[in-house]
Amino acid sequence: MDIKERDDRYNAYLTSKMPKTKAFPSLFHAFWIGGLICCLGELIKDLLLLAFPDMSLNVASTFESVIIIVLASFLTGVGIYDRIGAYAGAGSIIPISGFSNSITSPALEFKREGLIFGLCAKMFIIAGPVIVTGVVASFVAGIIYIFI
Amino acid sequence: MIFDPMMYLKVFLVGGLICLIGQILIITTKMTSARILVTFLLSGVFLHVIGVFEPLKEFAGSGVTIPIMGFGYSLAKGAIEGWYDYGLIGLLTGGLTATSAGIAAAVVSAFVFSLLFSSKTKK
Repeated sequence: MDIKERDDRYNAYLTSKMPKTKAFPSLFHAFWIGGLICCLGELIKDLLLLAFPDMSLNVASTFESVIIIVLASFLTGVGIYDRIGAYAGAGSIIPISGFSNSITSPALEFKREGLIFGLCAKMFIIAGPVIVTGVVASFVAGIIYIFI
Repeated sequence: MIFDPMMYLKVFLVGGLICLIGQILIITTKMTSARILVTFLLSGVFLHVIGVFEPLKEFAGSGVTIPIMGFGYSLAKGAIEGWYDYGLIGLLTGGLTATSAGIAAAVVSAFVFSLLFSSKTKK
């Protein structure tokens, strides 16, 4: 069997085994779960402003993100967020809860490799690139904004 | 104004639309979640620099701040405000200062909950 034929057969086999994402339903799932998480955030902010009328909008928005982050981390811990993720795809990744999930999930996964080099080190395996690019981009954005 | 039903509709539609775009990217380019997060974070930074993000935030509130773009917006806004308040040091400290609550909350809760629970996905 020559190499090309072998490669073709292997690729065909791979394609047949790959999980197929049904395009249209997954778009709808991502849309409504993503929208719902954003609405939950807005609801948390409104409830905070109702409970503490003298709270500034900035503080309320910060609390809103923090509450969503802690909630998503907890749901990841008990294994519910992964099920939401399987259903909603990008709808669970793009909201800030997905960022929280991307930290808690590897922390849980690598706990067995030890506290320091497992849990603490691998915690940033996905969020690390996000924070690095974010900090660099914000620095560059600051410079661009100032000099233009 | 709080508890405005129109606002919730806008939040739902805009937030949903952003996630829909993300899902289209996942389907068409097979991006991993780290790449998706980075792409949307950078788009948030970019939208703030060209001055589009603030009007969007005015329009859709949590619909644009809860998606990771809001995180990029806070980083960029913090760095720019830091420059005006503290100069060069502010440019360095501003971004992380503005987002420190979120990052610290994510790290602390990840640490606590991963100690309390164990992985359920791999049996």
